[in-house]
Amino acid sequence: MKIAKLILRNVFRHKLRAFLTILGVAVAVMAFGLLRTLVTSWYAGANASAPDRLITRHSVSFVFPLPLADRDQILRLPGVKAVTYENWFGGVYIDKTHFFPRFACDPETMFEIYPEYELTPDELTNFKKERDACIVGQKLVEEYHFKIGDIITLSGDIFPGQWQFVVRGIYKGKEQTTEENAMFFHWDYLNEQLLKTAPRRANMVGWYVEKISNPSDAARISQNIDALFTNSNAATKTETEKAFQAGFISMSSAIITSLQIISYVIIGIIFLVLANTMIMTARERIREYAVLKTLGFTAKHLVILIFGESLSIAIIGGIVGIALTFPATAGFGAAMSNFIPLFIIEPGTLVMAAAFAIIVGIIAAIFPTIRAVNTKIVDGLRQVG
Amino acid sequence: MPDAIVQVKNVTKIYKRDTMQIPVLQNLSLEVPEGEFLALMGPSGSGKTTLLNLIAGIDRPNNGSITIAGTDISTLNESALASWRSRHVGFVFQFYNLIPVLTAFENVELPLLLTHLSKAERKAHVEAALGVVGLGDRMNHYPRQLSGGQEQRVAIARAIVTDPTIIVADEPTGDLDKKSAEDVLGLLERLNQEFKKTIIMVTHDPNAAAKAHQTRHLDKGELSNNGN
Repeated sequence: MKIAKLILRNVFRHKLRAFLTILGVAVAVMAFGLLRTLVTSWYAGANASAPDRLITRHSVSFVFPLPLADRDQILRLPGVKAVTYENWFGGVYIDKTHFFPRFACDPETMFEIYPEYELTPDELTNFKKERDACIVGQKLVEEYHFKIGDIITLSGDIFPGQWQFVVRGIYKGKEQTTEENAMFFHWDYLNEQLLKTAPRRANMVGWYVEKISNPSDAARISQNIDALFTNSNAATKTETEKAFQAGFISMSSAIITSLQIISYVIIGIIFLVLANTMIMTARERIREYAVLKTLGFTAKHLVILIFGESLSIAIIGGIVGIALTFPATAGFGAAMSNFIPLFIIEPGTLVMAAAFAIIVGIIAAIFPTIRAVNTKIVDGLRQVG
Repeated sequence: MPDAIVQVKNVTKIYKRDTMQIPVLQNLSLEVPEGEFLALMGPSGSGKTTLLNLIAGIDRPNNGSITIAGTDISTLNESALASWRSRHVGFVFQFYNLIPVLTAFENVELPLLLTHLSKAERKAHVEAALGVVGLGDRMNHYPRQLSGGQEQRVAIARAIVTDPTIIVADEPTGDLDKKSAEDVLGLLERLNQEFKKTIIMVTHDPNAAAKAHQTRHLDKGELSNNGN
């Protein structure tokens, strides 16, 4: 019989209490992992941005459009290899709960700048060829079961009217971080309709995307682009794709900060759950610890017993919690796939969850251990168990 | 008369409760010869359990010295005292104080975990101790599966498994029925007579004290003359 066996027997002495404590730790670790994954996923898009892409938008806000005529001027600047442009279309598919991003794009230049979107050659040809063609991401296909040849009807909100598109391609992301939940269609198709219905809104784009020769020239090229339009009606703001994405993220910084705070609050909850159990346990066993001391066991042995029990509960709970984090994250990620394309648990999150479980296991044992060690044998023997 | 294995000299013990000082033992001296079976009797609060605790090294005197088998235990530090207890003292408590999640075998084995004995050697010692107390067939039973008398016999096996210099027993029959109490007293008597163990027992029970060679009475922290 070794001390380890006594530790394990003590862990499961009160089975219901042990089960509930382990479950409490596990749920907290899972919630921590889920929230941390949510936070890291929020930043994943910005971190995955290409260093050789710049975004040019209206200097006031990206909701204000830019003239199509700016494209040629940008393209002439040294260091700019290619330029494409897009419009946020918005619109409603079925109803507002069925949200996914929809963009008007220039099919001729888009794939040069976004090589991470992969289509078969036939799909690319067909997409470019037909004015009302669209392509959809693989995740949209999984959710809505779109097929080549299907017609997607959108009710326009920013651009009023009923808009019909024929699915001519299903794109897949080359990288794990590439989103696959968007729909792209011809900017020309949108523009043609605008020329008929709202000519003053025609020939305008939402933003430009530039591919540059050397990422280290990004700052200089950005300044040069903006300098072209400083005194125009549509002054621009150019920044790297990463800075552009970060700008979007900063709009939701309060939410992210809240999530981060909540994730640490959960660590506090784990501590309270475990500390409560350990304090109760040590109080109930003061007499037993006194008996052990009587038999010759020392403070060192009590430290091993109490820390061992606390750490065992924390580690078992941590392992169960980390195991639960995977299905929880998968389910949450599937539900949120249209908002957060990449929802993957980072190794750092698992390491943090495991480390916090262990740290909490250690801290929760400190007070009961001090009490057990400092209680005189004669006082401990008088305690009613 | 054999040499005294327990020598208590001029011991004073004062407990402090908040600002109050409560003297329990005052300038008390006692000698117990090797192989003695001594009963300590006295009213509640007379200091008999305190004296037993001091002899057993689980409490310290304010003044005076306690020498057991040549070692002045009042000079030992906590760690040395713990080590000394594990080798020289066997404890029998009123409420048995077995660890409920350990079997009878494992409870008896506990003190041996502090020794350098191998697993096989520990097993032999435990089986021998449980055999002495007549519980060789209950080794794998948990305390909750044993009667009070059997639990106390396991506690006695735990007390003798390290072959200690002295056995101290604090009201060993206080929680037992008459039959079980007789069995336990018979066992202590046998340990004293057959195995020559020095036993100091605190009791309220005159029948229990009658099994001892000698009875000393404590009252208000002072020892009276021999009772037997």
